[in-house]
Amino acid sequence: MYDQPPALNAPVLEVRNLTIEFPTHGERFRAVDDVSLALRPGETHCVVGESGSGKSVTARAILQIVDKPGEICGGEILFRRRATQAHFPDPIDLLRYRANSGAMRDIRGKDIAMIFQEPMTSLSPVHRIGDQVGEALRLHEGLTRRQARLRSIELLNQVGIRDPDRAVDQFPFEFSGGMRQRAMIAMALSCNPSVLIADEPTTALDVTIQLEILELIKTLQASHRMAVMFITHDMGVVSHIADKITVMRNGRVLETGEASDTLRDPQHPYTQELIQKAQELDRPSDLRLDMRGRRSLGPPIITTRDVGKAFVTSRTFLGQPREVSVALKGASIHLKEGENLGIVGESGSGKTTLARCIQRVYELSSGTVDYVGRDGASVDLAPLSETELRPIWREIRTVFQDPHSSLNPRMTVGEIIAEPLRNDPNGPTGPALRDRVIELLDLVELPATAAARYPHSFSGGQRQRIAIARAIGPNPRVILADEPTSALDVALRTTVLNLLLRLQEQLGLSFIFVSHDIAVIRYFCDRIAVMKDGMIVETGDTETVCASPQHPYTQLLLSAVLRV
Amino acid sequence: MLLRYTIRRILWTIPTLLVVSLLAFLIIQAPPGDFVTALTAALLESGDDVDIDQLNALRERYGLDQSVWVQYWKWISQVLIAGDFGISFEWRAPVSDLIWERMGLSVLLATATVLFTWSLALPIGIYSAVKKYTIGDYVVTTIGFFGLATPNFLLALILMYVAVVHFGTDVSGLFSIEYQNAPWSWAKFVDLLEHLWIPVIILGTSSTASIIRVMRANLLDELHRPYVVTGRAKGLSETRLLLRYPVRIALNPFVSTIGWVFPQIISGSVIVSVVLSLPTAGPLFLTALKSQDMYLAGSFVLLLSVLAVLGMLISDILLAIIDPRIRFK
Repeated sequence: MYDQPPALNAPVLEVRNLTIEFPTHGERFRAVDDVSLALRPGETHCVVGESGSGKSVTARAILQIVDKPGEICGGEILFRRRATQAHFPDPIDLLRYRANSGAMRDIRGKDIAMIFQEPMTSLSPVHRIGDQVGEALRLHEGLTRRQARLRSIELLNQVGIRDPDRAVDQFPFEFSGGMRQRAMIAMALSCNPSVLIADEPTTALDVTIQLEILELIKTLQASHRMAVMFITHDMGVVSHIADKITVMRNGRVLETGEASDTLRDPQHPYTQELIQKAQELDRPSDLRLDMRGRRSLGPPIITTRDVGKAFVTSRTFLGQPREVSVALKGASIHLKEGENLGIVGESGSGKTTLARCIQRVYELSSGTVDYVGRDGASVDLAPLSETELRPIWREIRTVFQDPHSSLNPRMTVGEIIAEPLRNDPNGPTGPALRDRVIELLDLVELPATAAARYPHSFSGGQRQRIAIARAIGPNPRVILADEPTSALDVALRTTVLNLLLRLQEQLGLSFIFVSHDIAVIRYFCDRIAVMKDGMIVETGDTETVCASPQHPYTQLLLSAVLRV
Repeated sequence: MLLRYTIRRILWTIPTLLVVSLLAFLIIQAPPGDFVTALTAALLESGDDVDIDQLNALRERYGLDQSVWVQYWKWISQVLIAGDFGISFEWRAPVSDLIWERMGLSVLLATATVLFTWSLALPIGIYSAVKKYTIGDYVVTTIGFFGLATPNFLLALILMYVAVVHFGTDVSGLFSIEYQNAPWSWAKFVDLLEHLWIPVIILGTSSTASIIRVMRANLLDELHRPYVVTGRAKGLSETRLLLRYPVRIALNPFVSTIGWVFPQIISGSVIVSVVLSLPTAGPLFLTALKSQDMYLAGSFVLLLSVLAVLGMLISDILLAIIDPRIRFK
């Protein structure tokens, strides 16, 4: 070991004893409590924690863009501006600058840049990509519009956007999710910042795109010698990119250290739990294997043949279809009684369309959906009218992805769960209905008192339980679960999946489980159908497919799973 | 893309205008009998001589003895070729002599009102959204509610009273007496502008109040969007950030109202026009409807509808310019 100059190892940015409070109803909620962390050049520092742990607020405090009414109450944010190996300035405390001062603004986007989770909503929908990427250049480096445009093209090229000359004049809605996040990165890198803050930048992306974006950040970090603060809840992502790890919970730092040490030998029980939860996925659930050992699968309950669906995208003057987009090109699957069938694919693969065709929420363009009723008689759902479908919709029910938008905020939880029961002419009424709602809440492990409260007072995981209670209310036989865990923190995913498995045993359910995450499917599903471009490219027993995938696309999906 | 959208949108107005003109004509045709019988009745009533030959010539001219379609064709072709909208039998004068100046003044008044309203209401709305729940917001909001709740004509009466009693000036009309029947000149135009501000304020008050409220609500929705945070993280100053991103998007709903703002102001200002005795289209339209002066009334309906259709055309094209998502649909 030889001596390194101080510049190489000293932090470029240091957060010391940061405290942030949110005043609420006379009390003050401490969102960030005495947090310290240090970012070094060329190093990726992952800040890990569940939602509400204060990790994003800490990141925003560095730029002093904490949302109102949050107040930074104490601490220091020491930043060495334009530090190089030759020139090593004394640190300045960024909190000395007022949030809206010119000095603070001069640092934002120039020395410290930030990228966000939702690349769609984080870009303005009405401005061209080039104008948004080049804006910081025009602001901080005084470039003209034309110069900024040329630099934007270079930057877009650098982040791997094909045909950057054309892309620079396009709008965000013409881009795919991955391309938008690439454009966000180009925007953040435009002024060569020394610190990049990435706030869950891959959470909203498909797994293969996630891997590409992580690789991109890694490459750019190395070539620019940036310090990266990477915020995530996903231990898989952490193990893939982190040099340092800080674990946060309830606004406090629980543990911080070298990534390799922390991942191998976590000190704090919470860190141990996070790692253990992440490792539970991507292998079959013991609970499920146990259940299958005790009870074998029944005969097929749903069988689809060549289900196709085309959406009309534009019509002629007389209303005849002019352009159609084919979302589904002949999908044949079957689901056995008591089985969990996983449909995996990326956005645009047609997996959700297939699920909606099976439930006949969509009209089919072609094919049949045979459903075997409780009486054993088989009926093709394809030609049925809405009235004829109504009793069947009580037997095939859905759980949606986003528990924040799938629950009506103006109804109490009790009303939400009771609604499908009220719509059933043979359903319970009066006291019986109330008892049933409490019974359902008990099944999803929520207290009976939850019935009187509104959805906003529940966390994401609890809301998904409410959505599950609503789905199982009318005693269904099949549940279509459309990405039911994607909006949840990784640590919560197995909890919700285990709940679904227990309900399967108690209530004799069969699941069609739609997800972009093959690790989740491997945990939950007995069989798997891999979809790409509206077609099923591979199908079989989950373990067989995951152990020896035949189709290149399945191999790609499996290789994109980030293991801890 | 924008050009294609614009052309397609312009082509679409042609069938719309056709249907609109047909509906306007059906309104003219709605009362029993044709307009020559109505004219005869009006002449007899006033004790004038009835010239049978002249009436027959009119029947011939407007094709009154033929099918509705022929009549419509004769009417609309005359409107388009010669600007001849038919005859008002109440005024016994060609409709075109009666309405152009009044329509012109109405459009001028409406334009001035819209400009006044927007230039006042939009900045106040922005202020009140950015300074949500401050003294300034409460003051503006309270004044806004008063503006919203006060009927226009009441405001007109109060203003007239104050002007006459305290300042000794008459604020009614759009012209001073000496210019009332004078031909158009620069001096007359200046005189018009001197009178215009009073009805503009009266007509603008309530819509100013409502636009403040709408702008405040629109902008509050946008202010916390992630793209605003992105802009802030780039180092934009608050003012530049505000005007460049959320305000621009919050303006969209206003651009889409341009279409109906003209017909709304013209037909909505009837009471104020009567109270202030303004020589605009509204009062004449009202009397035409009351006396079943169908060519006159129908012509107003036609012109107001055309204004609405053209307004929608303009607002759609403007929307496509400011919001690219629309032109790609």
